[in-house]
Amino acid sequence: MIDEFIINALIAGTLVAVIAGPLGCFMVWRKMAYFGDTVSHSALMGVALGIAFDSENPLIMIATCSCVALFLLFLQRDRRFSSDTLLGILAHSALSIGMIIISMMDHFRTDMMYYLVGDILAIGMGDIYTIAGVVIISAICLFMIWRPLLSLTVHEDLARIEGINVNGIKIAYMLLIAFLVAVALKVIGVLLITALMIIPAAAARTISNTPLQMIIYSSCGGIISVFAGIFASSQWDVPAGPSIVLSATVLFLCGRFFVAHRA
Amino acid sequence: MSDGPNQLLRLDNVCKSYHKNLVLENISFCVNSGETVTLIGPNGAGKSTLMKISLGILEVSSGEVHRSKSISVGYMPQKVMIDEVLPLSVRDFLYLRPGINYDDVEEALETVRLSHLAMQPVQSASGGEMQRILLARALLGKPDLLVLDEPVQGIDIMGQQEIYGLIAKVRDETGCGVLMISHDLHLVMASTDQVLCLNRHICCSGTPEFVQDNPEYHAMMGRPMEGVAIYTHHHDAEHEHKHHGHEIEDHHHHD
Repeated sequence: MIDEFIINALIAGTLVAVIAGPLGCFMVWRKMAYFGDTVSHSALMGVALGIAFDSENPLIMIATCSCVALFLLFLQRDRRFSSDTLLGILAHSALSIGMIIISMMDHFRTDMMYYLVGDILAIGMGDIYTIAGVVIISAICLFMIWRPLLSLTVHEDLARIEGINVNGIKIAYMLLIAFLVAVALKVIGVLLITALMIIPAAAARTISNTPLQMIIYSSCGGIISVFAGIFASSQWDVPAGPSIVLSATVLFLCGRFFVAHRA
Repeated sequence: MSDGPNQLLRLDNVCKSYHKNLVLENISFCVNSGETVTLIGPNGAGKSTLMKISLGILEVSSGEVHRSKSISVGYMPQKVMIDEVLPLSVRDFLYLRPGINYDDVEEALETVRLSHLAMQPVQSASGGEMQRILLARALLGKPDLLVLDEPVQGIDIMGQQEIYGLIAKVRDETGCGVLMISHDLHLVMASTDQVLCLNRHICCSGTPEFVQDNPEYHAMMGRPMEGVAIYTHHHDAEHEHKHHGHEIEDHHHHD
């Protein structure tokens, strides 16, 4: 008989991996990996705010991540600074704010590691309902915007002239990432969320011929990594988050070195 | 200028400046159905900026752009680089246009004679093939107005004639209007109704023959008037395009 906490971990991890697949593919296609990092670093600020307000409400996290994403869009209007400079400013500022707020809570002496790499084995049923809700809503939104999002990923001006609301779709995509980060925090932590999006997507590239294939393989790769990581974690008593990430890395390396290089 | 029934696009006294630097000054022109308007001018003349203003991608600083609301626009951007990280076939690239199906895609590919590339990765297309793929994308959705930003750049002279021939053929068959940028007046003369010489402002405009003989044009392009062959504008497309290549190569001997 498998322990209940393992089953909860598998369900939560699978839910996150399913939506991290497509979001990660777009992140790779749009070269936005650093954006993912920034949003996830800002999630630590969300954690800190949650502690300050003494609330576990996931909406605080979602709101914090969304605000940082939208603030970035606002800053990007000034063309004198490139996106990666702005992302560097935002990511580390948000991280610093989060750490300072947490350090000011005298009564709060929790292990920072928990927020940095997550604790998937501590997921409860309540967390699963939250994650499932967010994942289902995200999946529906993504299903509706994925074609226009793909079009503007390929060429923004063409997409705009062909009648796509480029800015609206971009904002929707950024918010989807913010949502995922907010709920994936407990599963895999601030430092590793981007990895769960990027690595399976990169691994999927070697065996994909169409965007849709890459999205599906990427989700599957994520799920395999979650199962392998949780297995490794319970078998050898190593942290689950890093094990999941390394499982994904192994998939990527297998794809890179063992799948015949496509012309 | 007043609105005609066939008018697709009209610019009135459009000015555009970047950081107080005037890049376009008092531009007025219009494009009608079935008509080709060619923009010509040196580097930095503001051709691409004017094109983006015409399409509504860029805002004007002053002046007005009137684009018929109901028309569909086909746009061929200057350069499209698609990263290898995106697994995208030529067919799927074309299918990105909203509101079309795969039959439309096949038809467009047939028009540009690239059906054999449909399933190939779009990144594997050569420069000339990519230009034709972009033209196919612009043709999808049955445009009333085709806007082409240097449709033949990076293509050899035979390929250039083929693309210009295709554009003229589509225009004649569908009656759409065409606004395009070209760097070579001679190649587009045969299929152009109106030429605008642009160097921040419109230096001169008119039929290709008129512009060709206009000193403003030669001053702008920095070429002497001698040694430039004059072609007449006639509508026998097939014959013309075969003919052109020779004349361009040989014209020094004739003069």
